[in-house]
Amino acid sequence: MLTFPIYLDNNATTPMDPRVLEAMMPYFTSKFGNAASRNHAFGWHAEEAVDYAREQIAALINCSPKEIIFTSGATESDNLAIKGVFEMYASKGNHIITATTEHKAVLDTCKHIEKIGGKVTYLPVNAEGLIDLKQLEESITDKTILISIMYGNNEVGVIQPIREISAIAKKHGVLFFTDATQAVGKIPVDVEADGIDLMAFSGHKMYGPKGIGALYVRRKNPRVKVTAQMDGGGHERGMRSGTLNVTGIVGLGKACEICKQDMAADTARLSAMRDRLERELLTIEESYVNGSREHRLPHVSNISFKYVEGEGLMMGVKDIAVSSGSACTSASLEPSYVLKALGLSDDLAHSSLRFGLSRFTTEEEIDFAINHVKEAVAKLREMSPLWEMFKEGIDLNSIEWAEH
Amino acid sequence: MAYSDKVIDHYNNPRNVGTLDKAKNNVGTGLVGAPECGDVMRLQIEVDENQIITDAKFKTFGCGSAIASSSLATEWLKGKSVDEALSIDNMDIVEELALPPVKIHCSVLAEDAIKSAINDYRVKNGLPALEMPKSHH
Repeated sequence: MLTFPIYLDNNATTPMDPRVLEAMMPYFTSKFGNAASRNHAFGWHAEEAVDYAREQIAALINCSPKEIIFTSGATESDNLAIKGVFEMYASKGNHIITATTEHKAVLDTCKHIEKIGGKVTYLPVNAEGLIDLKQLEESITDKTILISIMYGNNEVGVIQPIREISAIAKKHGVLFFTDATQAVGKIPVDVEADGIDLMAFSGHKMYGPKGIGALYVRRKNPRVKVTAQMDGGGHERGMRSGTLNVTGIVGLGKACEICKQDMAADTARLSAMRDRLERELLTIEESYVNGSREHRLPHVSNISFKYVEGEGLMMGVKDIAVSSGSACTSASLEPSYVLKALGLSDDLAHSSLRFGLSRFTTEEEIDFAINHVKEAVAKLREMSPLWEMFKEGIDLNSIEWAEH
Repeated sequence: MAYSDKVIDHYNNPRNVGTLDKAKNNVGTGLVGAPECGDVMRLQIEVDENQIITDAKFKTFGCGSAIASSSLATEWLKGKSVDEALSIDNMDIVEELALPPVKIHCSVLAEDAIKSAINDYRVKNGLPALEMPKSHH
């Protein structure tokens, strides 16, 4: 039985796993204590639950439970990592290196850094969506304090060469931060083997609750510190004040435990379904996968259907929930900056759909999505003047389009 | 963003999708917008000897509101004289389709398409081109 609309936008957020909800429930009502209350059982229960969650999380990413700083989500973790390092290591330098395809939470934080006197290098990516390692190394100066490169991209799913990046960072004594929001829980992420110094991730992208995230901060080789961005009770080793979100933390812990346990099976099933979806959709004439297909998260596919506009297409596929690289609603009419960074022309970027599968996606849903998208593309091309011109062999670049 | 029922209706059942023979003297063709902007509309009118628009067709690359705006425009054009057609204002389209502010540009594009089609017809028939409003797009 299919229920509509079918959710295929799991890069935006995932449904919570019922096992996660079950683990969280007692902490809303009977075990509601403040984890910082040291003098009664309510506080002790809450603290125990938080400690246990830290262990579940640490086991997933191979770190010490003490290296987990709880935050409200990946955006806060990104801010804390970048601003916190910038302030803490101000005496060492003021230069940060990042990439143009980073999430806005990183890019806008870097813009802020520039406003307060920092220097930021934004590395371009190639057509596959990957940064150039040589260019990265050449960008390092004696003022460089941080390299911030995401693990897996949210729009195209491309996985950056994390180990090579961290090796370069280490060689030059620069800290390496990665926004791993889309990767943690989906693919093996190991902060030791990957050489990561700081790492942001969040609960709701891995079947946990919204409003909870974490920043991994390395304690040994090297010992990393970040300046707190909020003043208060000095929670989380002084790096992030605020009463701990115990229910959220319990949920994040449980989500990590399940991800660790199910990862191999989930990945095998999801990548097979994703590949089938992609193979079928690529039988549509003039359709293209965006970004590297080799270095990619197992559950993501971003496809452009040339000569149809993404937002119009989304309306045509109303029985599935996906997102588009088109941004016809924004005042700027600018399509996805990530797709443009990959070198896509504006019209191809406007024609893209992003599919994100989850643990709960079924083969039946994929079957439906394949037919639904095929029909919608065919229908829209039937009413697309660009498609008609293409079919008549007219080169669209030869037309003088109106100024905009 | 939620679309109005009228936008959804035009999107699901677009009126007058198609192509008229642009080589014919009594057919005017307007092609406006640009692929990079995510909106291209082609609107065509067929005019009889009494200056009445007897047929109108469109094809649009764009969002639901752009498709609905051009579909509605073809509906309104049929049966109107060329002069009457010139009085169609983009705000009439906005009102009829209940377009939100971010989609007003779709109606502007539809108005441009109408004017551009009429101009093409005029020029083909030896009439001076009307001054086109600067594209608002």
